[in-house]
Amino acid sequence: MTDVAIAGVPRPGLPPSAGEGREGASYLSAGHTLLSWLTTTDHKRIAILYAVSITIFFFIGGIAIALLRLELVVPHGLFLTSEAYNRLFSLHGIIMVWFFLVPSIPGTMGNFLLPLMIGARDVAFPRLNLLSWYLYVFAAAFAVYALVSGGVDTGWTFYTPFSTNYATGYVIAAAAGVFVSGFSSIATGVNFIATAHMLRAPGMTWFRLPLFVWAMYTVSMVMVLATPVLAMSLLLIIAERAFGLPIFDSARGGDPILFQHLFWFYSHPAVYIMILPAMGVVSEVIPCFARKTIFGYAFMVYALITIAVIGFMVWGHHMFVAGQSPVANLVFSFLSFIVAVPSAIKVFNWTATLHRGSITFEAPMIYALGFVGLFTIGGLTGLFVASVPIDIHATDTYFVIAHFHFIMVGGTVSAYMAGLHFWWPKVTGRMYSEPWARFAAITTFLGFNATFLPQFVMGWIGMPRRYHYYPDIFQPWHVMSSVGALILAVGYILPLVYFGWSLIFGRRAPANPWNATGLEWQTSSPPPKENFHRIPHVDAEPYAYYESGQTSPADGRPSFQPQGRTA
Amino acid sequence: MSDVNAALREPWSDLRRQREGVTVGIWLFIVSEVLFFGTLFLGYGVYRSLYPEAFRIAGAQTEVFYGSVNLLLLLTSSAAMTIAVDASRQEMRRITIICLALTILLGAGFLLCKGLEYRDDIAKGLLPGAYFPLRPPQTQLFWAFYWVMTSVHAIHLATGLVVVGVLASLLWRHTLPIQTPAIQGVATYWHFVDTVWIIIFPLLYLVGRS
Amino acid sequence: MTSDGFLTAASDYARQVDGTFWLLVTISGLITLLVASLIAGFSLRYRRGSNAWRGAVPERTSRDIEIGWTVATLFLFLFIFWWAASNQLSALNVPAKASEIHVVAKQWMWRVQQPSGAREINEIHAPVNVPIRLVMTSEDVIHDLFLPALRLKQDVLPNRYTYLWFTATRTGVFNLTCAEYCGTNHSVMAGRLVVMTAPDYARWTNAQPEADDLARQGKTLFGALGCSGCHDPASIIHAPDLHGIYGRAVPLSDGRVVTADEAYIRDSILEPAKDIVAGYAPVMPSFRGIVTEEEMVKLIAYVKSLSAPSSPGAASRDDREPTGAQQ
Repeated sequence: MTDVAIAGVPRPGLPPSAGEGREGASYLSAGHTLLSWLTTTDHKRIAILYAVSITIFFFIGGIAIALLRLELVVPHGLFLTSEAYNRLFSLHGIIMVWFFLVPSIPGTMGNFLLPLMIGARDVAFPRLNLLSWYLYVFAAAFAVYALVSGGVDTGWTFYTPFSTNYATGYVIAAAAGVFVSGFSSIATGVNFIATAHMLRAPGMTWFRLPLFVWAMYTVSMVMVLATPVLAMSLLLIIAERAFGLPIFDSARGGDPILFQHLFWFYSHPAVYIMILPAMGVVSEVIPCFARKTIFGYAFMVYALITIAVIGFMVWGHHMFVAGQSPVANLVFSFLSFIVAVPSAIKVFNWTATLHRGSITFEAPMIYALGFVGLFTIGGLTGLFVASVPIDIHATDTYFVIAHFHFIMVGGTVSAYMAGLHFWWPKVTGRMYSEPWARFAAITTFLGFNATFLPQFVMGWIGMPRRYHYYPDIFQPWHVMSSVGALILAVGYILPLVYFGWSLIFGRRAPANPWNATGLEWQTSSPPPKENFHRIPHVDAEPYAYYESGQTSPADGRPSFQPQGRTA
Repeated sequence: MSDVNAALREPWSDLRRQREGVTVGIWLFIVSEVLFFGTLFLGYGVYRSLYPEAFRIAGAQTEVFYGSVNLLLLLTSSAAMTIAVDASRQEMRRITIICLALTILLGAGFLLCKGLEYRDDIAKGLLPGAYFPLRPPQTQLFWAFYWVMTSVHAIHLATGLVVVGVLASLLWRHTLPIQTPAIQGVATYWHFVDTVWIIIFPLLYLVGRS
Repeated sequence: MTSDGFLTAASDYARQVDGTFWLLVTISGLITLLVASLIAGFSLRYRRGSNAWRGAVPERTSRDIEIGWTVATLFLFLFIFWWAASNQLSALNVPAKASEIHVVAKQWMWRVQQPSGAREINEIHAPVNVPIRLVMTSEDVIHDLFLPALRLKQDVLPNRYTYLWFTATRTGVFNLTCAEYCGTNHSVMAGRLVVMTAPDYARWTNAQPEADDLARQGKTLFGALGCSGCHDPASIIHAPDLHGIYGRAVPLSDGRVVTADEAYIRDSILEPAKDIVAGYAPVMPSFRGIVTEEEMVKLIAYVKSLSAPSSPGAASRDDREPTGAQQ
């Protein structure tokens, strides 16, 4: 009888139901009640709980910015008061950063795939995993309720003394919600690190791990180390606002700049929490659709680690005009240039993976290639703002807004969509509509550029951020940006429709519709509750792609050799 | 007599591995807590270096007696916890539970003592604000950190008490076997809470007293 | 405000910044073009079913390429850092003879005081080709003074002075606005920087009410608030003599030595107990709530004038007696 699939070698001849014992038994059918979902400890179900929640929060944050972009088509206000405008941009930032981007890929794809990719039956602490989700969803719901009902206008950055002594609104509630959601991050990080260390299948050495697993591991380190600093910063803001305790009060010797240091010590690594998982997804998708092993696996691993480490040393580049010393400015500027190098390496390696590949352009690939282009532009504009004299002019303008949206939306959200499409068959057992998905991918790419490229221009001219009213000369740029946002919105709404449709009418997916490598494809779509009927033994390198459908060279043509192997 | 396998949890395949996993997990959590408290200590350190005189004046008002009693109570409770862990390794269930109960008692004693100390502090008016009795204004910074540090620590301690209590109760009722890795994890957390007090003590009680 | 009010490079520094900007645009453009064409090119050439050659690349070549582009990237980024850093370093030296303009930010306006004593709201008038140093503070939250035409901005903080300096080389009217979110009307906390030729500026200054010397006004305040009661050399009460004190090292009672700059003078008035001069008793009362920000500016100007070689406020050398032992 055939042994369990050997990892790394695609087996297109595998019958679709391989890995399934009884007909139709999967993690989805193991319990149909709502309670079975809300009390599950199955990492796959928890991933779906996360996916549903973050989608809801994404659209709430998205509606906020839609209202703002509509308001901004005229310079002197259309239908919002300045109070409302300020509360909406704060809501947008808080929700998108903490209740969408930070949990997005780790909570959904990390949870679903990490055990599968390493050949385990679940994460190390399944009940902690469920607790993670509850902490996140209740904290987020609480914060969103506060934001929507009373509103907060401090921006997502909560700078003091405005947030402690001057802001009206539910600052304490919003900060408390973010504080509690931090525990969710930390718990997920602890779980993932322990899982990666302790539950790898026999033969799955560290350097046989898929890059997505490395990305989950490094991002978990950052989550565990950075999030507590945010938690304390917010706690101190709450203490000052609620009890009048002088922590940052300059009238009594406190220093508001201290808050900025503490806040950004978390919030810069936070952007790496958002991008590292995205890089992991792209490293899975590109080799699959280029039918070629990732170029430079080892450098890709070292790059992830380097980004995670140096990412902790650059926070001061958010404070070049805050009153920091020129020496500090120089040091942070220097380190910010250094941290850009490993990211550049990754871009080159993804590009080189295409070389001599055999490329097709399914939706995941379109999103992944879009990621590489948009992340490149975002990263290059990072060099602009890492240069102190440029940043002195560009900070607090739309230039910076465009820069970080290129990374977080052009980058992370594109990668999230790539992963969603790539693993949709595995998670749901259904295929989505490829033509609609490609259309949505191209629409988001075009809409995204139309929205944010004008923002670079108007930012450099001098359009400040967080502005309800603005000087007339900026109107053409704002109109361009808002029209782009409309197109982008269409691109984001379409997947709701065709994914929803696929759940009911989609073609049933085989175990490995993409002929991809990786242990998650060696089990059924959707997987059984225990992931594998027998834990696999691993003896192959990752990304061992050959020409499509074949396990060995045919027609005398040379095969693609994964690096490190002899012919 | 409970079955060893009652301690085994999904997805672990053997108890030894699970125990190692719990150790990895709890230490990662401790690392995050170090950064949490560390941020607080950093803030304290920055202000103390900026205003040494004000901190001396403010620090002279803390109640060394209460602080020292609390230090003793926590150190003793950590000793009790250590014995509990040792006893559990030798599968001596009764002694384990007794030592856990002792830990809870000593921890509760800490909270009681802290409550009395807070009462005295409030009576002296040491709440930062318009009626603060000390000058210069930076003395309020010290006392702001006093209230935040001690209350955050107290919350951690109270949470620890609840967790230890639940653990002791589950052991008592045989829901968890004596071989459960949870004992080691809880003990590590308890020692951490103790260590935080060992750091807080000199920062709050020994400044201004040479 | 036309786009000239934003886009003009109104100083040499601004032109330098623009140069760096365009350099970066060029480099970024080239890199983006490179990556985009490689992706497009590979996607086309190596699409499934094309008959391009797909042999394996030798491992040694791959490694060399990786090291090569890592080193190249590192050098390029370090070059850009060095280029930008040298811009920044050269901009750090404030010319000694800078004319000081005081700015007080509050929700949601800018109050400006010229060295002549003239006051403005939401406007800064400045002479062209003269180094200007802005001394700024906030009355409430953190604001940020943004002058796009100068490519400059700086956060403005409560209870602290922050500084910006520039030498405008073009006359004109330029945009001035707040660039740190400060509450409801953040987006309308804007104004103008008006750069004028020297004769025009002099004319404008003379036409302003309150165009009396800041230091002179400060001297009046010094007497009116009772400061001279203790700080006059002839006073019975033993208080430090303020002549020549600005910019000098001051030994304190706790052993530290600090420099008497604007922040020191400000703290001495608002929080006298914070730094006691060595050899003196801590008896000076605080003037917090009694002295406004504008008055603070005048008092500081007066104390500074006591250190100038010859100024209206400086006492003659004969009046100065050593009062109190200074260690």
